[in-house]
Amino acid sequence: MRPIDAIMANVIINREIARQYTNGQTEIEVTSDNIRAVIRELDERFPGVGEVLRTDMAVAIDGEIYQNVLLEPVRPNSEVAFLPAIEGG
Amino acid sequence: MNNVAIPGKAEYKWVGKRTIRPDGVDKVTGRAAYGADYSMPGMLYGKVLRSPHAHARIVKIDTSKAEALKGVKAVITAADWPEILPQRATKGTAPVNFRHLSDNLMARHKVLYDGHAVAALAATSLQVAKKALKLIEVDYEVLPHVIDPVAAAADGAPLLHEDLFTGGLEEKPMVPSNIANRVKFAIGDIEAGFEASDEIVEREYTTKAVHQGYIEPHAVTANMSEDGSATVWSSSQGQFMIRQYCAGLLELPASNIRVIPAEIGGGFGGKTTVWLEPHALLLSKKAGRPVKIQMSRDEVFRASGPTSGSWMKIKIGAKKDGTIMAGQAEYKFQAGAYPGSPVQIACMCGFTPYAIENVESVGYDVVVNRPKATAYRAPGAPIGAYGIESALDELSQKLNIDPMEMRLKNAAKQGTKTSYGPTLGVVGNVETMEAAKQHEHYSTPLGKNQGRGVASGFWFNVGGETSCAVSLLEDGSVMVTSGSPDIGGSRASLCNMAAEVLGCHFENVKAIIADTSSLGFNRHTGGSRVTFAAGIVVTDATKDMVQQLRERAALIWDIDVDAVEWLHGEARPAGPNAGDFEPLTLADIAGKTLETGGPINAKKSMNVQAPGPAFGTHIVDVEVDKETGHVTILRYTAVQDVGKAVHPSYVEGQIQGGAAQGVGWALNEEYIYSDEGRLENPGFLDYRIPVASDLPMIEAVMVEVANPTHPFGVRGVGEVPIIPPMAAIANAIDDAVGVRMTDLPMSPPKVLAALDASD
Repeated sequence: MRPIDAIMANVIINREIARQYTNGQTEIEVTSDNIRAVIRELDERFPGVGEVLRTDMAVAIDGEIYQNVLLEPVRPNSEVAFLPAIEGG
Repeated sequence: MNNVAIPGKAEYKWVGKRTIRPDGVDKVTGRAAYGADYSMPGMLYGKVLRSPHAHARIVKIDTSKAEALKGVKAVITAADWPEILPQRATKGTAPVNFRHLSDNLMARHKVLYDGHAVAALAATSLQVAKKALKLIEVDYEVLPHVIDPVAAAADGAPLLHEDLFTGGLEEKPMVPSNIANRVKFAIGDIEAGFEASDEIVEREYTTKAVHQGYIEPHAVTANMSEDGSATVWSSSQGQFMIRQYCAGLLELPASNIRVIPAEIGGGFGGKTTVWLEPHALLLSKKAGRPVKIQMSRDEVFRASGPTSGSWMKIKIGAKKDGTIMAGQAEYKFQAGAYPGSPVQIACMCGFTPYAIENVESVGYDVVVNRPKATAYRAPGAPIGAYGIESALDELSQKLNIDPMEMRLKNAAKQGTKTSYGPTLGVVGNVETMEAAKQHEHYSTPLGKNQGRGVASGFWFNVGGETSCAVSLLEDGSVMVTSGSPDIGGSRASLCNMAAEVLGCHFENVKAIIADTSSLGFNRHTGGSRVTFAAGIVVTDATKDMVQQLRERAALIWDIDVDAVEWLHGEARPAGPNAGDFEPLTLADIAGKTLETGGPINAKKSMNVQAPGPAFGTHIVDVEVDKETGHVTILRYTAVQDVGKAVHPSYVEGQIQGGAAQGVGWALNEEYIYSDEGRLENPGFLDYRIPVASDLPMIEAVMVEVANPTHPFGVRGVGEVPIIPPMAAIANAIDDAVGVRMTDLPMSPPKVLAALDASD
């Protein structure tokens, strides 16, 4: 088990969400090790953003898109980008 | 999930082979049962009454005369439907607003487009049903209408919904609007990017609403029993979606509804929602008999969803050496009568083929008096690509740089940061562009009035909830059960993958598409997900079965399971120390299941993720008749990163089909409305999709950069090929005759007018 404080992923969020919830910060470092914990950590630091990120959002971990996941692990130095959920034809 | 990549060019026994299509014989002999092919004893025939007005208030509906007609067994209006209140508009995991969906399927207070349903009935014959439909009296108060997204977004436009307030704005608006939502994606400093550019192109473009053009109209048979349980036979892109949406709309327990999927005669996104199923269920409940409803082609055009028409402004700036410094896009998309155009996806996809530091895309979702927009192959992406890839072509002309060189110089690759957030992983964009550039098509000489165009496109691809089963049958044959309708060859691909894992002959494996009572939930077929997602689940389930087969062989031989290996479709002793036994085939083990523990099967359910995005680049040659404005497609080459073509014939078919539909979108297809907002071309005679004589043989070039998240490297392939054609053809026309076409379709009158204007 790696120590929790060793995990330092970089979260990327849309400018529009950043403007409303994170004082304009589009890149935020987090210490959590799965998506649910990342959202919780962000919500503690930026109240209200958690609800936005939990609703109709997908997440890309190191470029790979995951939809409707909470327990997906986040590795150290991962890039975690929140983006709108995607529907296809 | 298997997250170990196998290189896409690896040699397999069945993956990558053109095995015999399991559904081929039934389809060419007419045995395949489509939505309209189901009948039941005592079945009634349903018809839907539709609005002739683009926008009107429903003052009164009188169904008494229709109900009195002999043979009419049930009539329904919105009064028979549960009203979905705003607080119950979203339910569970369904990606749909049930309030809007309900209102779209049966107008409650207002009709919002020509073709909007206002009533439905069921009768003992189609003739009686048609006659009864004319007896329903509807009093309308006709209202001003608007069908253009720019006009609908302007102040003072006729308002469709009094309770619709624009989302995505900094401050919540105080007055309602036809602009349902605003989205924005940006990276870098867009102004600084343009300031650093040596050359800038800025243009406006428009596209028209186009229909998916599936050959099979919507059709359903439904039977609801007295106890409230129901069976639905219908053709769709998702039997589980039909169950989920019907249960949500009619407020029934999902367990009451069993949906049996019919063979599907094309969907392309247009069958990712319900159109007739709730009507048939309500009529069946009211009449106490099974009800069948089929749409006419006229109804398909007027009432089922096309993709959005659009207006867009594109601005791209670059250095003299071709380095793109900034890309900016503004889009207004027709959502149809209810919110939900794919404008957000256009914003996300358009610039993604390129590594650009400064990007800004803003999109507006605008409701208009047209049918609700529905998904169509890579929803939104082709529209954005038309503008962006056209502007990029013009920019390369200004800079005197070959358009393919320009694309390659700026090509996005692993590590490129996208404007919608993520950094790209393993992708085949550069490889695809290189393959296009090196293809001999790109350097073949052209004649008089002939031109060549290129364009690229990007699609995310999709995974999602997937359930499958693999069963060993009593004779040693194998059945793969999938819960996702096969619209692009998934049965063949799943058989190939299962046979590969089992090591048996592919003919020993068959696949069926199961009804909703047979498997766990499956997301609908769409977004190019099934061969990828179901492929992972089937591969995983088949590996599970192989483990069971080894365990049964170990029991039969009375040795440890670790001493049994599975090779070439047989259980074999793992080495000389394991013992001297004759190999056990699938049939051998199937014959001994009774004494070794019972049936052998494996069921798996997953929420499959990380689908691996795909890129494509198309080359097209055209000849323009300067007397008539007619554009002939001379040659077409579509290059695409497919990850791994599990069944190359189907992959080529997907690429060719997408390109063909893009040609129609580019040159001919459009919804034409009268001044009263009535659709004037609801049929294939006047809404002209390409036929074989309009097209050359489309060459599909498959580049295989393996998707590292799939056991065989698969990427979805069905969406990308419809993205580049419109821009590629516009660029070819410009190359041929020097006119820049900025309004789709590029039909002969428009090309002629552009030629006249350029003289």
